[in-house]
Amino acid sequence: MIIGLPHFLTVAAILFMIGVFGIFLNRKNVIIIMMSIELILLSVNINLVAFSHFLGDLVGQVFALLVLTVAAGEAAIGLAILVTYFRNRNTIAVDDINIMKG
Amino acid sequence: MIATIFFYLFATVALAAAVMVITARNPVHSVLFLILTFFNAAGLFLLLGAEFLAMMLVVVYVGAVAVLFLFVVMMLDVDFVELRQGMLKYWPVGAVIGLIILAELALALITWQISPQAMMTAPAAAVGAVTNTEALGLLLYTKYFYFFQAAGLVLLTAMIGAIVLTLRHKAHVKRQVVADQVARKAATSVEIRNVEPGQGL
Repeated sequence: MIIGLPHFLTVAAILFMIGVFGIFLNRKNVIIIMMSIELILLSVNINLVAFSHFLGDLVGQVFALLVLTVAAGEAAIGLAILVTYFRNRNTIAVDDINIMKG
Repeated sequence: MIATIFFYLFATVALAAAVMVITARNPVHSVLFLILTFFNAAGLFLLLGAEFLAMMLVVVYVGAVAVLFLFVVMMLDVDFVELRQGMLKYWPVGAVIGLIILAELALALITWQISPQAMMTAPAAAVGAVTNTEALGLLLYTKYFYFFQAAGLVLLTAMIGAIVLTLRHKAHVKRQVVADQVARKAATSVEIRNVEPGQGL
Protein backbone atom coordinates (compact mmCIF):
# COMPACT_ATOMS: atom_id res chain seq x y z
CA MET A 1 0.00 0.00 0.00
CA ILE A 2 1.43 3.31 -1.14
CA ILE A 3 1.30 6.25 1.26
CA GLY A 4 -0.33 9.10 -0.64
CA LEU A 5 -1.40 12.68 -0.06
CA PRO A 6 -4.70 11.74 1.72
CA HIS A 7 -2.78 9.90 4.44
CA PHE A 8 -0.77 12.99 5.36
CA LEU A 9 -3.83 15.24 5.10
CA THR A 10 -5.70 12.91 7.47
CA VAL A 11 -2.91 13.04 10.04
CA ALA A 12 -2.82 16.84 9.79
CA ALA A 13 -6.62 17.09 10.11
CA ILE A 14 -6.66 14.92 13.24
CA LEU A 15 -3.77 16.92 14.72
CA PHE A 16 -5.66 20.16 14.00
CA MET A 17 -8.75 18.77 15.72
CA ILE A 18 -6.70 17.75 18.77
CA GLY A 19 -5.34 21.30 18.94
CA VAL A 20 -8.81 22.88 18.78
CA PHE A 21 -10.10 20.40 21.35
CA GLY A 22 -7.16 21.22 23.64
CA ILE A 23 -8.06 24.92 23.64
CA PHE A 24 -11.57 24.10 24.86
CA LEU A 25 -10.44 21.44 27.33
CA ASN A 26 -7.95 23.71 29.12
CA ARG A 27 -9.87 26.99 29.10
CA LYS A 28 -8.08 28.30 32.20
CA ASN A 29 -4.48 27.24 31.60
CA VAL A 30 -2.81 29.60 29.13
CA ILE A 31 0.32 27.47 28.83
CA ILE A 32 -1.63 24.45 27.54
CA ILE A 33 -3.63 26.74 25.24
CA MET A 34 -0.36 28.00 23.71
CA MET A 35 0.83 24.41 23.27
CA SER A 36 -2.46 23.66 21.48
CA ILE A 37 -1.80 26.59 19.15
CA GLU A 38 1.64 25.11 18.44
CA LEU A 39 -0.06 21.80 17.57
CA ILE A 40 -2.43 23.60 15.16
CA LEU A 41 0.49 25.38 13.45
CA LEU A 42 2.33 22.06 13.20
CA SER A 43 -0.65 20.47 11.44
CA VAL A 44 -0.70 23.38 8.99
CA ASN A 45 2.99 22.79 8.35
CA ILE A 46 2.40 19.09 7.68
CA ASN A 47 -0.28 20.06 5.13
CA LEU A 48 2.05 22.53 3.39
CA VAL A 49 4.96 20.10 3.19
CA ALA A 50 2.72 17.24 2.01
CA PHE A 51 1.29 19.35 -0.80
CA SER A 52 4.78 20.57 -1.64
CA HIS A 53 5.99 16.98 -2.02
CA PHE A 54 3.07 15.56 -3.95
CA LEU A 55 2.72 18.53 -6.32
CA GLY A 56 6.48 18.74 -6.86
CA ASP A 57 6.47 22.43 -5.92
CA LEU A 58 9.08 23.65 -3.45
CA VAL A 59 7.22 26.90 -2.60
CA GLY A 60 5.15 25.02 -0.03
CA GLN A 61 8.29 24.34 1.97
CA VAL A 62 9.30 28.02 1.77
CA PHE A 63 5.90 28.93 3.17
CA ALA A 64 6.23 26.29 5.90
CA LEU A 65 9.52 27.92 6.88
CA LEU A 66 7.74 31.28 7.30
CA VAL A 67 5.01 29.63 9.39
CA LEU A 68 7.76 28.13 11.57
CA THR A 69 9.27 31.60 12.07
CA VAL A 70 5.96 33.15 13.05
CA ALA A 71 5.23 30.26 15.43
CA ALA A 72 8.56 30.76 17.19
CA GLY A 73 7.97 34.51 17.52
CA GLU A 74 4.43 33.96 18.77
CA ALA A 75 5.63 31.54 21.45
CA ALA A 76 8.33 33.94 22.64
CA ILE A 77 5.98 36.96 22.87
CA GLY A 78 3.16 34.93 24.40
CA LEU A 79 5.36 33.49 27.13
CA ALA A 80 6.85 36.94 27.83
CA ILE A 81 3.34 38.37 28.29
CA LEU A 82 2.52 35.39 30.51
CA VAL A 83 5.57 36.01 32.73
CA THR A 84 4.69 39.71 33.06
CA TYR A 85 1.07 38.87 33.87
CA PHE A 86 2.14 36.34 36.50
CA ARG A 87 4.43 38.90 38.16
CA ASN A 88 1.56 41.36 38.49
CA ARG A 89 -1.28 39.02 39.41
CA ASN A 90 0.38 35.89 40.88
CA THR A 91 -1.85 33.66 38.77
CA ILE A 92 -2.19 32.71 35.12
CA ALA A 93 -5.92 31.98 35.11
CA VAL A 94 -7.31 33.58 31.94
CA ASP A 95 -10.75 34.10 33.47
CA ASP A 96 -9.83 37.44 35.02
CA ILE A 97 -7.44 38.52 32.29
CA ASN A 98 -10.05 41.04 31.07
CA ILE A 99 -8.89 43.49 33.77
CA MET A 100 -6.33 44.52 31.17
CA LYS A 101 -9.08 46.27 29.22
CA GLY A 102 -8.33 49.97 29.29
CA MET B 1 6.97 -1.03 2.28
CA ILE B 2 9.38 0.22 4.92
CA ALA B 3 8.14 3.78 4.27
CA THR B 4 4.57 2.63 4.95
CA ILE B 5 5.56 1.10 8.28
CA PHE B 6 7.43 4.23 9.29
CA PHE B 7 4.56 6.49 8.22
CA TYR B 8 2.11 4.64 10.46
CA LEU B 9 4.65 4.56 13.31
CA PHE B 10 5.35 8.29 13.16
CA ALA B 11 1.69 9.23 12.63
CA THR B 12 0.42 7.05 15.49
CA VAL B 13 3.02 8.21 17.99
CA ALA B 14 2.58 11.87 16.97
CA LEU B 15 -1.21 11.77 17.41
CA ALA B 16 -1.04 9.82 20.68
CA ALA B 17 1.52 12.28 22.06
CA ALA B 18 -0.66 15.20 20.91
CA VAL B 19 -3.60 13.75 22.84
CA MET B 20 -1.36 13.42 25.90
CA VAL B 21 -0.29 17.08 25.52
CA ILE B 22 -3.81 18.33 26.10
CA THR B 23 -4.85 15.76 28.73
CA ALA B 24 -1.73 15.33 30.90
CA ARG B 25 -2.19 16.35 34.55
CA ASN B 26 1.29 17.78 34.94
CA PRO B 27 2.21 20.63 32.53
CA VAL B 28 5.84 19.46 32.52
CA HIS B 29 4.62 16.15 31.08
CA SER B 30 2.62 18.16 28.54
CA VAL B 31 5.77 19.90 27.34
CA LEU B 32 7.67 16.61 27.12
CA PHE B 33 4.86 15.05 25.06
CA LEU B 34 4.91 18.17 22.86
CA ILE B 35 8.60 17.46 22.19
CA LEU B 36 7.71 13.85 21.27
CA THR B 37 5.04 15.14 18.87
CA PHE B 38 7.55 17.46 17.21
CA PHE B 39 10.11 14.67 16.80
CA ASN B 40 7.55 12.43 15.12
CA ALA B 41 6.35 15.26 12.90
CA ALA B 42 9.98 15.72 11.89
CA GLY B 43 9.97 12.02 10.96
CA LEU B 44 6.92 12.59 8.77
CA PHE B 45 8.74 15.51 7.10
CA LEU B 46 11.69 13.20 6.40
CA LEU B 47 9.33 10.72 4.74
CA LEU B 48 8.13 13.59 2.52
CA GLY B 49 11.70 14.38 1.48
CA ALA B 50 11.84 17.71 3.34
CA GLU B 51 15.06 17.09 5.25
CA PHE B 52 15.84 20.74 5.89
CA LEU B 53 12.43 21.48 7.39
CA ALA B 54 12.64 18.32 9.51
CA MET B 55 15.93 19.48 11.00
CA MET B 56 14.52 23.02 11.41
CA LEU B 57 11.59 21.55 13.30
CA VAL B 58 13.91 19.75 15.70
CA VAL B 59 16.21 22.75 16.15
CA VAL B 60 13.59 25.52 16.39
CA TYR B 61 10.73 23.74 18.11
CA VAL B 62 12.50 21.25 20.36
CA GLY B 63 15.62 23.32 20.90
CA ALA B 64 14.02 26.72 21.42
CA VAL B 65 10.24 26.77 21.79
CA ALA B 66 9.79 23.63 23.89
CA VAL B 67 12.68 24.57 26.18
CA LEU B 68 11.11 28.03 26.56
CA PHE B 69 7.83 26.41 27.57
CA LEU B 70 9.69 24.16 30.00
CA PHE B 71 11.42 27.15 31.61
CA VAL B 72 8.17 29.05 32.04
CA VAL B 73 6.29 26.04 33.41
CA MET B 74 9.03 25.27 35.91
CA MET B 75 9.84 28.87 36.96
CA LEU B 76 6.30 30.13 37.52
CA ASP B 77 4.91 28.84 40.79
CA VAL B 78 1.40 28.18 39.47
CA ASP B 79 -1.32 26.18 41.19
CA PHE B 80 -2.19 23.89 38.31
CA VAL B 81 -4.81 21.93 40.24
CA GLU B 82 -6.94 25.06 40.50
CA LEU B 83 -6.53 25.69 36.77
CA ARG B 84 -7.90 22.27 35.93
CA GLN B 85 -11.27 23.03 37.52
CA GLY B 86 -14.11 23.24 35.03
CA MET B 87 -12.43 20.83 32.63
CA LEU B 88 -15.38 18.45 32.80
CA LYS B 89 -17.75 21.34 32.12
CA TYR B 90 -15.97 22.38 28.93
CA TRP B 91 -15.14 19.10 27.23
CA PRO B 92 -18.54 18.40 25.57
CA VAL B 93 -18.61 21.72 23.70
CA GLY B 94 -14.94 21.24 22.77
CA ALA B 95 -15.64 17.73 21.48
CA VAL B 96 -18.62 18.95 19.43
CA ILE B 97 -16.61 21.75 17.80
CA GLY B 98 -13.63 19.45 17.19
CA LEU B 99 -15.84 16.83 15.55
CA ILE B 100 -17.56 19.47 13.39
CA ILE B 101 -14.16 20.68 12.14
CA LEU B 102 -13.03 17.08 11.54
CA ALA B 103 -16.24 16.34 9.59
CA GLU B 104 -15.75 19.44 7.45
CA LEU B 105 -12.14 18.50 6.74
CA ALA B 106 -13.19 14.93 5.92
CA LEU B 107 -15.85 16.19 3.51
CA ALA B 108 -13.33 18.46 1.82
CA LEU B 109 -10.82 15.60 1.67
CA ILE B 110 -13.23 13.09 0.13
CA THR B 111 -14.66 15.35 -2.56
CA TRP B 112 -11.41 17.13 -3.47
CA GLN B 113 -8.92 15.99 -6.06
CA ILE B 114 -5.87 17.56 -7.63
CA SER B 115 -6.70 19.11 -10.98
CA PRO B 116 -4.59 17.75 -13.85
CA GLN B 117 -3.67 21.30 -14.89
CA ALA B 118 -2.12 21.94 -11.47
CA MET B 119 0.06 18.90 -11.89
CA MET B 120 1.18 20.09 -15.32
CA THR B 121 1.95 23.67 -14.33
CA ALA B 122 3.98 22.62 -11.29
CA PRO B 123 7.70 22.92 -11.90
CA ALA B 124 9.61 19.70 -12.37
CA ALA B 125 10.76 17.97 -9.22
CA ALA B 126 14.30 18.71 -8.12
CA VAL B 127 16.97 16.94 -10.10
CA GLY B 128 18.65 14.11 -8.24
CA ALA B 129 21.94 15.95 -7.89
CA VAL B 130 20.39 18.88 -5.98
CA THR B 131 19.59 18.16 -2.34
CA ASN B 132 16.46 19.45 -0.67
CA THR B 133 18.42 22.02 1.36
CA GLU B 134 20.21 23.32 -1.71
CA ALA B 135 17.01 23.59 -3.73
CA LEU B 136 15.28 25.40 -0.87
CA GLY B 137 18.20 27.81 -0.54
CA LEU B 138 18.23 28.50 -4.27
CA LEU B 139 14.55 29.42 -4.07
CA LEU B 140 14.62 31.27 -0.74
CA TYR B 141 17.59 33.52 -1.42
CA THR B 142 16.51 34.52 -4.93
CA LYS B 143 12.82 34.58 -5.68
CA TYR B 144 11.55 34.80 -2.10
CA PHE B 145 14.32 37.01 -0.71
CA TYR B 146 11.92 39.72 0.55
CA PHE B 147 9.84 37.10 2.38
CA PHE B 148 13.04 35.87 3.96
CA GLN B 149 13.89 39.40 5.13
CA ALA B 150 10.34 39.85 6.44
CA ALA B 151 10.74 36.64 8.46
CA GLY B 152 13.93 38.09 9.94
CA LEU B 153 12.06 41.28 10.87
CA VAL B 154 9.34 39.21 12.57
CA LEU B 155 11.98 37.48 14.66
CA LEU B 156 13.66 40.81 15.51
CA THR B 157 10.32 42.27 16.62
CA ALA B 158 9.61 39.19 18.73
CA MET B 159 13.03 39.42 20.36
CA ILE B 160 12.74 43.14 21.18
CA GLY B 161 9.18 42.67 22.42
CA ALA B 162 10.08 39.77 24.71
CA ILE B 163 13.03 41.68 26.18
CA VAL B 164 11.02 44.88 26.73
CA LEU B 165 8.17 42.96 28.34
CA THR B 166 10.24 40.96 30.80
CA LEU B 167 13.07 43.39 31.65
CA ARG B 168 12.63 45.08 35.02
CA HIS B 169 14.86 47.31 37.09
CA LYS B 170 15.01 46.59 40.79
CA ALA B 171 15.69 49.61 43.00
CA HIS B 172 18.28 48.01 45.28
CA VAL B 173 20.41 46.44 42.56
CA LYS B 174 23.58 48.40 41.75
CA ARG B 175 24.05 49.01 38.04
CA GLN B 176 26.87 50.39 35.95
CA VAL B 177 26.33 54.07 35.03
CA VAL B 178 28.77 54.86 32.26
CA ALA B 179 28.20 58.64 32.42
CA ASP B 180 29.15 58.74 36.10
CA GLN B 181 32.27 56.70 35.42
CA VAL B 182 33.37 59.00 32.61
CA ALA B 183 32.69 62.16 34.65
CA ARG B 184 34.82 60.91 37.58
CA LYS B 185 37.83 63.14 38.41
CA ALA B 186 40.80 62.62 40.72
CA ALA B 187 39.78 65.65 42.83
CA THR B 188 36.36 64.23 43.68
CA SER B 189 37.34 60.60 44.14
CA VAL B 190 40.70 60.66 45.99
CA GLU B 191 41.20 62.06 49.48
CA ILE B 192 44.58 62.32 51.21
CA ARG B 193 44.52 61.73 54.97
CA ASN B 194 47.34 62.08 57.45
CA VAL B 195 47.34 58.83 59.45
CA GLU B 196 48.96 58.82 62.89
CA PRO B 197 51.36 55.87 63.53
CA GLY B 198 49.82 53.07 65.57
CA GLN B 199 46.25 54.28 64.98
CA GLY B 200 43.78 53.39 62.36
CA LEU B 201 41.61 55.77 60.50
